[in-house]
Amino acid sequence: MLEHDVLVVGAGLAGMQAALHAARQGASVAILTKVHPVRSHSNAAQGGINAAMEDDDPWEDHAYDTVKGSDFLGDQDAIEVLCSEAPETIIELEHMGVIFNRGSRGQIDLRAFGGQARKRTCYIADITGQVLLHVIYEQLMKAGTQVYEEWFVTSLVRQNDAICGVVALDLRTGALELIKAKAVILCTGGSGRVYEPSSNALICTGDGYAQAYRAGAPLMDMEMVQYHPTTLPSNGALMTEGARGEGAYLVNAKGERFMERYAPNMMELASRDVVSRAEQTEINEGRDIDGCVLLDVRHLDRNTILQKLSQIRELGLEYEGVDIVEEPCPVRPGMHYMMGGIKTDIQGATFVKGLYSAGEAACVSVHGGNRLGANSLLDTLVFGKRAGMSAVEYARGITDPNVPESRVEEDREHIGGILSRSADDGERAAALRLTMGQTMHEHVGVFRDHAGLTQAQNIIATLKERYQHVGIDDKGSVFNTDLLFALEVGLMLDVAEAIVAGALFRTESRGAQFRTDYPDRNDDDWLKHTLVYQGDGGPRLETLPVTITQWQPARRTY
Amino acid sequence: MQFKLNVRRYDPEAENPAPYWRAYEVDVPENASVLDCLIHVREYVDGTLAVRCSCRSAICGSCMMRVNGQARLACITKAKDMQELDEVITVEPGGNMPVLKDLIVDMDVFWNKIRQVKPWLEPVQPVPEREYLVPNETILDLTVAMNCIMCGACVSDCTSLEVDKNFIGPAALAKAYRFVDDPRDEDRQERLEELSGDGGVYDCTHCFFCVEVCPKGVAPMERIVDIRERAQGAGVTNNAGARHAVAFEDIIRDSGILDEPMLLLRSIGMNPAEQVKNLPGGIRLLRAGKLPLASGPFHHKIPGHGNVKRLFEKVETSQ
Repeated sequence: MLEHDVLVVGAGLAGMQAALHAARQGASVAILTKVHPVRSHSNAAQGGINAAMEDDDPWEDHAYDTVKGSDFLGDQDAIEVLCSEAPETIIELEHMGVIFNRGSRGQIDLRAFGGQARKRTCYIADITGQVLLHVIYEQLMKAGTQVYEEWFVTSLVRQNDAICGVVALDLRTGALELIKAKAVILCTGGSGRVYEPSSNALICTGDGYAQAYRAGAPLMDMEMVQYHPTTLPSNGALMTEGARGEGAYLVNAKGERFMERYAPNMMELASRDVVSRAEQTEINEGRDIDGCVLLDVRHLDRNTILQKLSQIRELGLEYEGVDIVEEPCPVRPGMHYMMGGIKTDIQGATFVKGLYSAGEAACVSVHGGNRLGANSLLDTLVFGKRAGMSAVEYARGITDPNVPESRVEEDREHIGGILSRSADDGERAAALRLTMGQTMHEHVGVFRDHAGLTQAQNIIATLKERYQHVGIDDKGSVFNTDLLFALEVGLMLDVAEAIVAGALFRTESRGAQFRTDYPDRNDDDWLKHTLVYQGDGGPRLETLPVTITQWQPARRTY
Repeated sequence: MQFKLNVRRYDPEAENPAPYWRAYEVDVPENASVLDCLIHVREYVDGTLAVRCSCRSAICGSCMMRVNGQARLACITKAKDMQELDEVITVEPGGNMPVLKDLIVDMDVFWNKIRQVKPWLEPVQPVPEREYLVPNETILDLTVAMNCIMCGACVSDCTSLEVDKNFIGPAALAKAYRFVDDPRDEDRQERLEELSGDGGVYDCTHCFFCVEVCPKGVAPMERIVDIRERAQGAGVTNNAGARHAVAFEDIIRDSGILDEPMLLLRSIGMNPAEQVKNLPGGIRLLRAGKLPLASGPFHHKIPGHGNVKRLFEKVETSQ
């Protein structure tokens, strides 16, 4: 029998941080992850991590920029935690071995990032996430934490209204096992693959959202889907906001720096929702270059590009055949991040006992309607730590959960059904996913309206119906990635359903949700979160007030 | 555009498991990567094909495999470039690691070697209240090693590892360099001694393959050379590798030509037990003609060896 006090699902920054801090409390902790920890998508964060590091930069200013960035939908108690604990988090990382770039005195250097009134972003070239992820993994190796590597959760086990373990598939052997845990922390990241295209990795299938949703935990503000302003047209890969932080321009087909019409003060460094909408407007009104605008860094110092933006130079060369030193690079808004997620409090606890969450999987909410660049790495570490510690505290009060081994059979039956059908006779998971992704991009992207959202809702419902007949080619046990993908697509369809439900429900425009049929922010009716529960006849919607501590909603301009 | 792939497959659950080749033809966009081709196969042609992949942009390190005989990340390898080299794109799992299924290898071998170098910072005490102050130049230097994404390409194609499983290997040594050269690490000397020992930096044969295949510019062999220099600079010379390097230089400087028996003796050092242990190896070398008779007691300096010495002096003063 596999058994732990705390089981963390997902081994990105949030998951490893949660596990490290849970283990430090003396609890029996394990991580379960479908890929090796360093393959996690935290890797992809290029630009940096925010913290008010300088003496003349009070953390409250960082908090206000975050509140404003969130279009006043962020919960201010959570944002206060995020920003006040940021500097100590950075120092902790530095002492662990993170090699932050340095200023003239050897101190941690800062760069400019979008939506912030001053430089506040600590960084390592444009590989910040990668360095953080590898360093936290070093600490995990040092701690000797047990990792179920290349395992996949098929369902959460809920008994007597509390989560008390998971059923999981060992991808190496095909064995389906019950893992008992007094508390489970979901750190499963985002769900970019629900969209096509997306900047996200292939593993970002929102498993945790769907698992929590199915287990009765509500998802919050799922309609808040961030489109990043600078992704490559060929494959959706990300060109860091750090480029604009270093001074890059965005230019349309007429050679205009069009941001001066949308955000005259912050220009290219306005918040992401604002810049993405501006780009999409330029594209829709015909001032585009093959559906793109241009990212231009040619006026920057060559050494700055080579030292601080080397990875995106590689990406430009690799995918667009453009050397950014010589030519502007085509970019367009691309699906990038989920502000919404599993609703948690500031200790990482969800609405279901024994279930915790942190990172992109969770919605605390520190990002509200729009996340500031370089706040997501910070989110994973600050709230990963809190989730780890509070899960241990909860686990201490729990007696041994009594879960029958037979619980595994339900999942075995479901998997057996998929294995029994062939891809040719049944539905092909890849085709279902592609239709879902394109539908979400078309109707639930930068601009939305009732008609489009309703259409998306119908298509997703049809896809869920078709998914009942999904079949696969691979009938084996060892590394059956065909089966894994089919299971992921099933989960993603639930996530898509929740996103569409939230977007239809919120009849206003705020942050990343822009409804052309409700183009204004409506604080009277919608200064609140949307909550979506899985009901018998489909999603069930509720609202929750926004927590406001010291900053009253104001008009938002950049 | 049409691409032809020949994929080396392996099904551990087959009746008599053995590797076999399977050909695929795919129609994908012209700028498709080899990974795009494999994903197309997996999603629409043959779902039994197993491959690890995730980020599609060379940061997660999942999709290392051999394409046209060389370790690469499939996600940044253009199918068109590969097809131009050979008519059919050959895809195989990475080397030096056991194959689990198709293109998926057992990376435990890889990670065990990483763990061997104590891959975490041992902070210099006392730990400051704020950050350690470090010059940015040092950070830029460390960034080269931190660029490593642990894809295993260097390990796959390492010729030393192929014959010497004890070798710590290029990835782990590049990782070790990242701590050796970090001024915040307290264990520098201990690390240098450890890395100069058995299976360490002197087991690298300088074949350059790791430098060639590394997709992230980490150039592991150069980091290995960096560690050797740091070790010798820190006085870590009481080991066969360092003695070998010093003796090699001395002999060439003095006589202009290598004296193999002397090199061997000096590398082993004045330790009778070690000398006896190395005797069978010496005999094998002799049999294979690797210890020329015109050496050892019969060793002669080459004519004009003074010029060699002057060359050394010239290089040293120019440095």
